[in-house]
Amino acid sequence: MLIALMADIHANREALEACLRDAKGKGAAKIVFLGDYVGYGADPVWVVDRVMDHVARGASALMGNHDNAVSDLRDSLTADAQMAMAWTRGRLGSEAREFLAGLPMRIEDETRLYVHANVQTDRRWLYIDDRNAATRALHARQAQAVFCGHVHIPAIYGITATDKIVSFKPVSDVPVPLSPQRRWLAVLGAVGQPRDGNPSASYALLDTKKSEITYLRVPYDIEATILKIRNAGLPESLADRLRKGQ
Amino acid sequence: MNYRRIIPGATVDGFLIGKQIHSGGMATIWEVTHPELNLPMLMKAPVLDEGADPAAIVGFEMEQMILPRLAGPHVPKFIEAGNFMVQPYIVMEQIPGAALLPWLDHLPLPYGEVAAMGAKVAVALDSLHRQHVVHLDVKPSNIMLRPTGEAVLIDYGLSHHDELPDLMAEQFRLPYGTAPYMAPEQVMGHRGDPRSDQFALGVLMYFFATGTRPFGDPQRLSGLKRRLWWDPPPPRALRSDFPLWFQEIILRCLEVNPAWRYPTGAQLAFELMNPDQVKLTGRSERLKRDAFTTVLKRRFSEDTTASVQIGTVASFGASGPIIAVAIDLSETSGPLAEALRMTVAQILASLPGARVACLNVLKQGVITLDTTLDEEGRNKHVQRLVELKHWAEPLKLEEGRVSFQVLEAPQTAAAILRYARANFVDHIVMGARASSARRTLLGSVSGEVATHAPCTVTVVRTRRHHRTEYGDGANEKSEDSWTVG
Repeated sequence: MLIALMADIHANREALEACLRDAKGKGAAKIVFLGDYVGYGADPVWVVDRVMDHVARGASALMGNHDNAVSDLRDSLTADAQMAMAWTRGRLGSEAREFLAGLPMRIEDETRLYVHANVQTDRRWLYIDDRNAATRALHARQAQAVFCGHVHIPAIYGITATDKIVSFKPVSDVPVPLSPQRRWLAVLGAVGQPRDGNPSASYALLDTKKSEITYLRVPYDIEATILKIRNAGLPESLADRLRKGQ
Repeated sequence: MNYRRIIPGATVDGFLIGKQIHSGGMATIWEVTHPELNLPMLMKAPVLDEGADPAAIVGFEMEQMILPRLAGPHVPKFIEAGNFMVQPYIVMEQIPGAALLPWLDHLPLPYGEVAAMGAKVAVALDSLHRQHVVHLDVKPSNIMLRPTGEAVLIDYGLSHHDELPDLMAEQFRLPYGTAPYMAPEQVMGHRGDPRSDQFALGVLMYFFATGTRPFGDPQRLSGLKRRLWWDPPPPRALRSDFPLWFQEIILRCLEVNPAWRYPTGAQLAFELMNPDQVKLTGRSERLKRDAFTTVLKRRFSEDTTASVQIGTVASFGASGPIIAVAIDLSETSGPLAEALRMTVAQILASLPGARVACLNVLKQGVITLDTTLDEEGRNKHVQRLVELKHWAEPLKLEEGRVSFQVLEAPQTAAAILRYARANFVDHIVMGARASSARRTLLGSVSGEVATHAPCTVTVVRTRRHHRTEYGDGANEKSEDSWTVG
């Protein structure tokens, strides 16, 4: 089965639409959304609505820190994110808020574990951005493969039974085998706010039969998204970074 | 887990196990057949005994990842891989030809034979490098020759794929490879430079042509590291009749700094196939090793390793293309010749590793026997060469980067295409006449080349204005040039 993995959409309608279209075209049979549907972008209502719609039709969705911050006012965010969050709270209806508040922190599916940020503790949003963090995460759980988002920069880590860890920056469109003699942690790129220098929307397809993950980049109408962010009065830096992918 | 199901007569995932043809420390290899697959096949399985070299398993994982992604005549065709949880194996095409290993019994071999074999291996390496893989274990037992002549590289257990996780690099601190053949940068732990394979091929050619291994067969890391500062005796010190061009090529392959070797395998193959085009430098004439004091200085200089410029697979292919420029010598000074020269200059400006072959076709009648002399008694072939050099002179290309060839053939387009295929040309640049009276009559050479070329073709034209001053320009393209991908 082909599973589409989509993380960090951040209220970017154009990017999500492009990724959904691409995944459908490539034959994805299931979608797992790895959290952060809102925050930063100008289309939180449409994006949450779309995710709810997909969940009603069998997709899975996790909670991200921005989704948690909608109702949890204690959660700390950067200044720009805080500003965007205040704007977002004013727009989401009760149904969307309830949906976001009820999302799970982790989902297990056969030998796979999906989380938004880290696997060790709930509601502490750590970044898995180096080998040490990846090793700690893989030690915390026994799943054969862990998938997460939150970092916005694609990476793959593999660990052997003797704790040797391999780290790798996946190349777009090249399937990477997740061989069973290692345990794997795949950090997804962001659909709605890439930060690896490539502005195109990032998602991945997991082929469960072949045990291969393919990271993909999808172009979308960035200028349209930027215009919406500006028109909404959100911080200019949130618009600007989309063009650079940083 | 019981992994021991591979025995003659057993069936694994539909493959019937036949004769065992190899049993080594890393893997066992069996002949297999399959009711639905009609080709000779081999099954390779890793040795998973207690105490087996962990590199055997990791190497097998790498091979399972890399082999299915490779294509072309220079690799064994991948058929099937077995899951590690059940029974790890790889089934691949059995290459019908012979390995190079038995050649070792007949060393030293004639130069021509070694160069011809070296060219085939260089072509195979070029194909591999273009598919993002550095082999890193080029040696006689890993090279086979198909009955059709192509070299095939086998065993990808130590290889590096620049688009896949490098499990070997992450897991083992020590360099993995085969001691006599390992490139200096590989000894230092760099696994991503395609030119490491060129070094190994240089060792192989040196060994095959002289009967002596240039760096011996060191058993310790300190012995391996010696090749960073210790230069081997030049082949001419071992065989006094060693051709200058061949010593030039071999010693260039053996340069410590990868940046001083050939930019690509295709360029190395080009030199091996065209000895008369090899630019001889000081390397070709050396008769003895560097002075003891020079070697000692290198030994204790930190620069020796610091100055080594390591490349990557990704940066490699695009930087060292072979560009063939087909020049119509009837117009060496007109606007078209100038436009052609300018296009070539622009292409070269961005590609410091590019190699240029200037071509002209000397037409020969199919039926009549052409005389090689023109009316004034000059040798046509030589005259054409002189004119080619004259055309290229304003480009100010350094010797060694440019070569000149006059092809004698009845048909111009066919000759250019044949040359491009035989020499693995990446890009053909040629002019097209503005006036199309002859083209309509005889067909366009550039059109035919563009249609059938195995590579990119740029057809250069001088810009024309829309006024139909040539009588037929109204519907023609008016760009200076366009590229056919």
